[in-house]
Amino acid sequence: MIPSTLRMATPLGFAALGGIYSERAGIINLALEGMMLMGAFGYVVGTQASGSVWIGLLVGTGFGLALALLHAVATVTFHAEQIVTGVGINILALGITEYLLPTTEQVGGLPHWKVPFMGSYSFVVYLLPVLMVASHILLFKTPWGLRLRAAGESTEALATLSLSRAKWQYIGVALSGILAGIGGCFLASEVHYFTKGMTAGRGYLALAAIIFGNWRPLSGIAACFLFGFATALELANRWNIPVQLLNSLPYILTMVVLAGLVGTSRPPANLGKMKS
Amino acid sequence: MSNFSRDIEKTLNIQKVFATLSRNRASQAKHLFVNLIPPLLALAGFFLLCGLVLQIRGQDPLEFYTIILVSGFASLDDIGYVLFNATPLIFTGLAVAIGYKSGLFNIGCEGQLYIAAFAAAWIGIHLNLPPFLLIPFCIGGAMIAGAGWGAIPGLLKARYGAHEVINTIMMNFIAFALMNYLVTSVYQEPGQMIPQTQQIQEAARLPRLAFLLPVLPQSNPLNMSFFLACGCAVCCYIFLTYTRWGYELRLVGNARDAAAYGGINPSTVTIWVMALSGAVAGLAGVAEVMGYRYRFLDNFSSGWGFTGIAVALLGRNNPFGILAAAILFGLLNKVALDIEILLEVPRGLFHAGQGMLIIWLVSIESISQKLFNYSRGVKQGD
Repeated sequence: MIPSTLRMATPLGFAALGGIYSERAGIINLALEGMMLMGAFGYVVGTQASGSVWIGLLVGTGFGLALALLHAVATVTFHAEQIVTGVGINILALGITEYLLPTTEQVGGLPHWKVPFMGSYSFVVYLLPVLMVASHILLFKTPWGLRLRAAGESTEALATLSLSRAKWQYIGVALSGILAGIGGCFLASEVHYFTKGMTAGRGYLALAAIIFGNWRPLSGIAACFLFGFATALELANRWNIPVQLLNSLPYILTMVVLAGLVGTSRPPANLGKMKS
Repeated sequence: MSNFSRDIEKTLNIQKVFATLSRNRASQAKHLFVNLIPPLLALAGFFLLCGLVLQIRGQDPLEFYTIILVSGFASLDDIGYVLFNATPLIFTGLAVAIGYKSGLFNIGCEGQLYIAAFAAAWIGIHLNLPPFLLIPFCIGGAMIAGAGWGAIPGLLKARYGAHEVINTIMMNFIAFALMNYLVTSVYQEPGQMIPQTQQIQEAARLPRLAFLLPVLPQSNPLNMSFFLACGCAVCCYIFLTYTRWGYELRLVGNARDAAAYGGINPSTVTIWVMALSGAVAGLAGVAEVMGYRYRFLDNFSSGWGFTGIAVALLGRNNPFGILAAAILFGLLNKVALDIEILLEVPRGLFHAGQGMLIIWLVSIESISQKLFNYSRGVKQGD
């Protein structure tokens, strides 16, 4: 139960963290799915080409970042419709990976660390809580985070400090690409190969987790663990519940939360708005 | 500010919006040129990019360009395949455009078309009626199912202000799960391992064109649903341009406040626009179940709901533009298969190109708008 929850929640968590940076800076990021996919692809290609999983991790992260920069150029510089660009990037990523699909050779996984009372997991699993706490402090306790969030809350606030809103939005989107890319690398490293469309909607699930967690790192990651737990297959077998119902539970819950029926979820005030 | 002057200001606003709406129609011909430039530029970029990739692969781009023309238009059979490919995209493109005109993003076409396809299949299997009754029942039932699935995000937006983009995405995944459940445990064809329902009755099938036109080979899948799609495009055009509801829809999209002031309830409009959009998206499922496969197969759609966004963008949200754009995409999908066989270029190239095309389309629009505003001396942010 715990291992499969962790394995499900970790890639979600990285993508969700990335999405939080981007959306806090005011840029809607539907492209998490594509960034994860490119990350997974980059990991396998990089590892195959170099023989080193570290190079693979680097390439995967770089691919995620490259897609993020494309998203940023289109949305921040050209004020393109953020939702449409996100969908476009997802189609693009699917196409690129389909076009360049390597021979499905197995690659090595990222190194596992043994920790007392925890068992042995990929080091990325342990990295997530560290990044989660760091992100929380960064976003809510430092001037850096205040500025990033100001970019998402108001179109004018940064201008009054003669700071560039565009620069902070670029930073937010770029971070989302890096983090989603790492999430994708983890996904590929756990199964040791790349298959077409292997992210299977995890990017969108991460988006749901962001909303569920009210655009905050701590509760966002908590949502990822909840979703990971809901989709851990053993639950379905034990209680004889249709697995499809459990799989769609995160989506139903997110809709309920978004409607404000249970608790409230408030997006950054100027999310998706480029002009005042 | 007094109530009176505020009223005056609002009236002026409404007049401005009214002027924009009516001018749009009058000067559409004049601005056709301006409207055509962005899609044509994006398309040129798309074909150049594909050619460039082939050049890098060490293949002749010219050969690729000739294949596009030959594989799409060489014979009646080829044209039939192109139009067959285009059919679901016409529906999803129209569905996206209907939402967009009212300021709503329907990213849930994929889920809506699955739900509708299943409804069509269920009615087609279980209802014993003659064809002239069963076919309208199937289509109507599918549209109602699609409309219901689309109306939920509309309702949540109107009632609770929940963003329709997120909710339509969530409802996509719920639809996928629901369909998978129904087709693997409740309605699976007996004695089969494939996740699909049994075949619908003969009476519920839309005739193939090959039966009516002997010049077309019997294997050609083009069927009546293509004409349904063309009719739907014409209806959408008339609905959006000449009816009161179409006007309300566009007014809410262009100026929500002015619409409210003019006595239109934007919340009501939001709900029925999403339902209408879902119903039209559902027709794509009808085309698949009643026109081609004659059963519901799990995961039958290859991202039509998302390609519909590209189609609507390329067609500038105009029903006839969408018709043209969908046929172009139908051609591209056919070419993608042909170049995979003839030139050994993976079809992923075309999917990647489609994604790039979407990004270009929305960016070019903003760039040209910026240039247009700049040349007219309008400041950004006005």
